[in-house]
Amino acid sequence: MSDGREADQETQRGEVTSAAATHGPLAMEAISVSKDFRLGHGQILHAVRDVSFNLYRSAVVALVGESGSGKTTAARLLAGQERLTSGSIRVDGEPVDLSTHRAFRHYKNHVQLVFQDPFASLNPVHTVRYHLERPVRLRQGKRSKAEVGKEVTALLEQVRLTPAGQFIGKYPHELSGGQRQRVSFARALAARPRVLLADEPVSMLDVSIRLEMLSLLDDLRRRFQLAMLYITHDIASARYVADEVLVMYAGQIVERGPAEDLTQTPAHPYTQLLVASAPDPDNLGDALRGVGGNGKPRPAQLADVTSTGCPFSPRCPLAEDRCRQENPALQRISAQRSAACWRLDVAAPELTARTQGGGDMDS
Amino acid sequence: MTEHGAPASVPAEGAPGSPPGSPVLEISDFSVVYRTPTGDVRAVDHVSIDLNAGDVVGLVGESGSGKSTLAYGANRLLRPPALITSGSVRYRGRRTAGSADILRMSPDELRQLRWREIAIVFQSAMNALNPVLSVRNQLVDVIRAHLRVSRAEAQDRAARLLDLVGIPRGRLKSYPHELSGGMRQRVMIAMALATEPEIVIMDEPTTALDVVVQRDILVQIVELKERLGFSILFITHDLSLLLELADRIAVMYSGQLLEIGSADAIQHAPAHPYTKGLLNSFPSLRGARRELAGIPGAPPDLRSPPPGCPFLPRCGYGTDACTEVTMTLAPVTATAGLDHVTACPFVGPDAPAVPITTASEEVTP
Repeated sequence: MSDGREADQETQRGEVTSAAATHGPLAMEAISVSKDFRLGHGQILHAVRDVSFNLYRSAVVALVGESGSGKTTAARLLAGQERLTSGSIRVDGEPVDLSTHRAFRHYKNHVQLVFQDPFASLNPVHTVRYHLERPVRLRQGKRSKAEVGKEVTALLEQVRLTPAGQFIGKYPHELSGGQRQRVSFARALAARPRVLLADEPVSMLDVSIRLEMLSLLDDLRRRFQLAMLYITHDIASARYVADEVLVMYAGQIVERGPAEDLTQTPAHPYTQLLVASAPDPDNLGDALRGVGGNGKPRPAQLADVTSTGCPFSPRCPLAEDRCRQENPALQRISAQRSAACWRLDVAAPELTARTQGGGDMDS
Repeated sequence: MTEHGAPASVPAEGAPGSPPGSPVLEISDFSVVYRTPTGDVRAVDHVSIDLNAGDVVGLVGESGSGKSTLAYGANRLLRPPALITSGSVRYRGRRTAGSADILRMSPDELRQLRWREIAIVFQSAMNALNPVLSVRNQLVDVIRAHLRVSRAEAQDRAARLLDLVGIPRGRLKSYPHELSGGMRQRVMIAMALATEPEIVIMDEPTTALDVVVQRDILVQIVELKERLGFSILFITHDLSLLLELADRIAVMYSGQLLEIGSADAIQHAPAHPYTKGLLNSFPSLRGARRELAGIPGAPPDLRSPPPGCPFLPRCGYGTDACTEVTMTLAPVTATAGLDHVTACPFVGPDAPAVPITTASEEVTP
């Protein structure tokens, strides 16, 4: 990463306002968050690189990317389950303190994580009751049996597992995938969080019940004014669920903007690839012909890890020398959109022409 | 089976978009139960479907709808407590004389049929590949088990198979854990094609992969099919994939087929309420934002299926008559041929949309 990138980003930051900001007050800020993993032999994997975004109450921000792009690591950083290599996280304007066990537990009252695999995230030897009573006691400080029981029933009703009495004594293996994921949601809600981080909450479920789960999440978001981070590799679902979409590639945010805008007129070549890869029966031929420029981006390969330049350059059909040498910073495209690409003028001419006409582009 | 005037099996001849071909696999009146102490679970219930040479037939259904049981059962790959209780599965390949019923084959005949004639790409490539064998050895194993070739020849063939699926030959020495998910799936496909089978059954081959890799593999499957001329039975829960990939689509629910039609007919004139529900279940990326409904509720318990139509508890069109309907496939309209058949005698392609529970209604507290 060149120094130029950081300097650039300093001037650009704050110019783009989040499309999620209209719903409610700021709940959580991730500020230049980075995470490195040491691989041994002196090698370092930059899993998350200088990622900044905000979550607002009652709004959904989607983090979209392929396997290995760092989106789950980002969620784990926000959930306090990994230490930051650099950067900071703020909740309600206060810097997050995770230095003690007590502080971590306090943090968990505000921020909860829902995992991808409902088969692995519930303990097979415990009932639904156990999974929910524990957080109710721990997080809400409820003591009496009657109080706890009432709260558990209410939680099950909130995630539409009704009649609650029918589910409360069941073990995970007696539930379908969708029902299990509902229990995971209920467990997260038991802490009365302000921020819900949902890591691929529907990708293990049948297509026919995904929508129901997404509408449940939407319902919970409204009812509890949750600030939600929705992590997915399915950009089509992000279009429907999210207010703002952040596209992540190799640990960096390469494009961000309002969900509808970004999915309909993707600017970054990688976003264009994601959009072109989504199943689309009406548009098969076009989708197969690839995206912008002279060729089709090729699939990721192990050799594609670059230490300099734009991380997407080895796969990008538009890459030129500059792309391989300097890592581009996010550049403002419009009031709510930005993308990190040197060749935006070629990748998305109609978008950049508009901006340059407006005269608010730096370079 | 034929009360509505349709024969048990529905040939695809003349179906739009698909070249007329002779059936290579005819599954008719096929049933599988899982025998349990508390009674039989009807996993596959009197199912009839044909696969024509060179076609891609898609089988779509939710988890537990019996789609994998149907495919594995038709190849006699199920163990007790699974029990085949009725039907026949006739295979007619180019290399075999006449047609033979797989369900009546001797162990020897089965050994010759499996992989040589019908190969399977299993769902989870990580579990289906042997973790302690290199890619080369696994491919050579398959080749030498089914074809009489020398070791050197088998190794040469293994290398050419990797070329076919776009993996560099250097990867022959790799072990499964050294490959990415997409590469493992490609190795599985290479393995299925090792003996040039007539039919390849693909059981959710791309479900564990992300969209970009999924698209690459689907494109490759289509290319290989065109080049090598095999037929595909593609099993998935994602109807949107099949609309792009399949010539014909069979919709399975609760062990029964509810609708069969060309991909075009299923997409633009779905007849069965369940198919309509499935089509309204996936968010589209392009075009105007639609109101998405999904399908509320859960599939029925196969141990005690409700009388009549199994979809009734979740169906927006349901009436009392649905509890007495016999589940047979009949042409969707009086003028329609056998290319497009549905099990619902009440609702057709022209039926007005019924508000089930739309996403927007559901979110109002």
